[in-house]
Amino acid sequence: MTITQTKPKSPAPDERVAQRSPFQKLLGRPEVGALAGAIVLFIFFALVSPTFTQPNALATILYGSSTIGIMAVGVSLLMIGGEFDLSTGVAVITSALTASLFSWYFSTNVWVGVGLALVVSLSIGFINGWILMKTKLPSFIVTLATFLMLTGLNLGLTRLIGGGVSSPSISNMEGFAPARAVFASSVTIGGVDVKITVFYWFALVAVATWVLMRTRVGNWIFAVGGDANAARAVGVPVRATKIGLFMAVGFCGWILGMHNLFAFDTVQSGEGVGNEFLYIIAAVIGGCLLTGGYGSAIGGAIGAFIFGMANKGIVYAQWNPDWFKFFLGLMLLLATIVNLIVKRRTELK
Amino acid sequence: MNAKEIDQQTLLQKEEVPLTPVHLLSLDGVAKHYGNIIALSDVTMAVDNGRVTCVLGDNGAGKSTLIKIIAGLHQHDAGTLKVLDEERRFTSPRDALDAGIATVYQDLAVVPLMPIWRNFFLGSELTSGFGPFKSMDVEKMKAITLKELAAMGIDLRDVEQPIGQLSGGERQCVAIARAVHFGAKVLILDEPTAALGVKQSGVVLRYILQARDRGLGVIFITHNPHHAYPVGDRFLLLKRGKSIGYYDKRDITLDELTAQMAGGAELAELAHELEQLGSHSDIVKEVHGEVAEVAKTTGKTY
Repeated sequence: MTITQTKPKSPAPDERVAQRSPFQKLLGRPEVGALAGAIVLFIFFALVSPTFTQPNALATILYGSSTIGIMAVGVSLLMIGGEFDLSTGVAVITSALTASLFSWYFSTNVWVGVGLALVVSLSIGFINGWILMKTKLPSFIVTLATFLMLTGLNLGLTRLIGGGVSSPSISNMEGFAPARAVFASSVTIGGVDVKITVFYWFALVAVATWVLMRTRVGNWIFAVGGDANAARAVGVPVRATKIGLFMAVGFCGWILGMHNLFAFDTVQSGEGVGNEFLYIIAAVIGGCLLTGGYGSAIGGAIGAFIFGMANKGIVYAQWNPDWFKFFLGLMLLLATIVNLIVKRRTELK
Repeated sequence: MNAKEIDQQTLLQKEEVPLTPVHLLSLDGVAKHYGNIIALSDVTMAVDNGRVTCVLGDNGAGKSTLIKIIAGLHQHDAGTLKVLDEERRFTSPRDALDAGIATVYQDLAVVPLMPIWRNFFLGSELTSGFGPFKSMDVEKMKAITLKELAAMGIDLRDVEQPIGQLSGGERQCVAIARAVHFGAKVLILDEPTAALGVKQSGVVLRYILQARDRGLGVIFITHNPHHAYPVGDRFLLLKRGKSIGYYDKRDITLDELTAQMAGGAELAELAHELEQLGSHSDIVKEVHGEVAEVAKTTGKTY
C-alpha cells in the first residue's frame, strides 16, 4: 500500500482546522477552569494576607489540601468512570477504627491492624461496586446505604469494643512509632516541615494520571463512564473496571484513615460525616463531569488545592471562617457551569 | 488455504491478477422461525470479495433477522450458510468475527467524549512493557488510526479530537475502518445511511466503495434503492420475510428496483382507500400517477 502518511505530531495544514496555539490547546483540558480559579484565588489571598505566601503557611495549606486531595484522586477516577461514592467520608474513619480497635482489643502489633484495615477498606469498595453491578441501581442509592450502615457500625462497634465514642489510645502499643513515621511524620525541606501526606498525595496523583492517560485500564475508565454499553460491545470488562474503581477509592480511604489514626492516637467514631461531599466537590471543581467519561486526576488535585487555600486563606486573612462554606458553594457552582459549557461544546460541536 | 477462515490471501490476489470473485459467504434457502412465526424463508444470496451485496426491504421485511443470522446472534433453522464453500453455523458473534465477518451496527459502539484513536482501539489496545508497568503504545495507535482512516479515504483533522465532534458519516467511517483493521473480511453495514442527510450519505457510500476496493465483501443493508443502486453489485429484495428478487446489477435498472421496492399493488390499494374516504382528490390523482409509472416500468397492471 502506498499511503502518504502524515505524522501525528505535525498534521498537514487543513483549512478546516484553525491553527491552535498552545494556549488554546490548554483551554481544551478538563482542569483548565480549576487552574484559572486556583491562580486567581492564590493571587487574591497573597494580596490580602502577607503571611499567606510564607513557606510555612504554604506547607500548612498543602497539608490541608492533601487530606482532601488523597481521597479526591480516587473519587475523581470513580467519577470519570461514571459513578460516585457517598460512603467515602465515613469509610475513612471505618478504616482507622478497624486498625485501632483490632490491635487494641487483641493486643497485637499495630501493623496487624493496619493490614486488616486495608483489607476492610478494599472490601467496602468491592461490596459497593459488586452490589452496584449486580442490581444496576444508581450508585447514589447503593453508596448512601453503605454510608448510613458504616456510620452506624462506626459508632456501635466503637462503643461495644472500646466502651466510648472514641477508640482507646494505642500510642504505647508495639509498632506505633514506626507506623506514625510512615503515615504521619513530617519531612523538613529547606527549614520547612512538610507533612508526609503531601508526598502521598502527589504520588497518587502521578500514578492516577499515568493510569488514565497511558494504560488500557485508563482507556476503559473513560469508556465505562462515557458509554458503558458501547464499551461492553467492543469487549471492555465494564463490571471489573467499575468494581476496581470503587476499590481504588477504598485504597485512598485507607491511606487517609491511617494518617488520621497515627497523627493522633485515637479516632472519634462519629467523624467523617459530610467529608464525602468535600471529595466530590474537589473532583467536580477539578473538571470531572458528574455524568462520567470526562475529567482528570490533576483536576481533582487542583480542586483539593483550591479547597485548602480557601480554608486556610480565610484564617490567614483573619476573616470569620463562617464565610468559608459560602465560598466553597460559589466555587462549586461556577466550576460546574464551566464544565457544562465545555461538555456541550465537545459533544454538540 | 485454510477453508475455515477467509484469509488475507484471498483478498490480496487482486494485486497481481484481476480480481477473481470468490464466494466469501453464501446463503442457500436460509430460513428462520420464532415459534410459529416465520421471520425469514428461502433466502439465497452470495457475498464475493471486492463486491457489494445490497439487502433491500422495508421495516419488518426480515433484514434484521438476516443480519443476526450472519453475525452469529441467531442460528438459521433451514438452508445452508457457507463460508468459502464450507458449511458453517455460527453460535456466537465471536464465532462470526473469528471467521472474518464483522458487523457495524447503527449505534456504532463509540464513546462520544473519547478521542478518535482511543475509540479506534477501545477494548483491543496495544501495549508495551511488562507486568504492572505495561502502558499503551500511544504513538503507534495514533499512527495506525491515521493510516487506517487514510486508507478508507477519510482525511482526518486530528485523531486527538473527541469522536463526538465528527459528523455522523465520519463516525460511521471510523467504525468501518475499525472493523476492517481488526480483521474483517466480510463487512455487514446495518442501515449506515438511515440517519444521515444527502451529503453525509454520499460520504458513507464512498467509504463503502473504498472498503470494496480493498477486497472486502460488503453487505449493505438499506431501505433506500437510491443509495443501494450506485454502489451495489447484487441486490436482494426482501418483503415480509421472503426474498422477492435477487438480481445482478446488469439485470435490473434503478427504476425497476425502486418499483419493486415501492410495490405497485400497495400503491394501487392506497389510492383505492383514499378514494373511498372521498376527499383529497389531488393526492389520489398523484398516487394513481405513481401506480401508472410503476406499471410501466415493471410491465404489470394493478
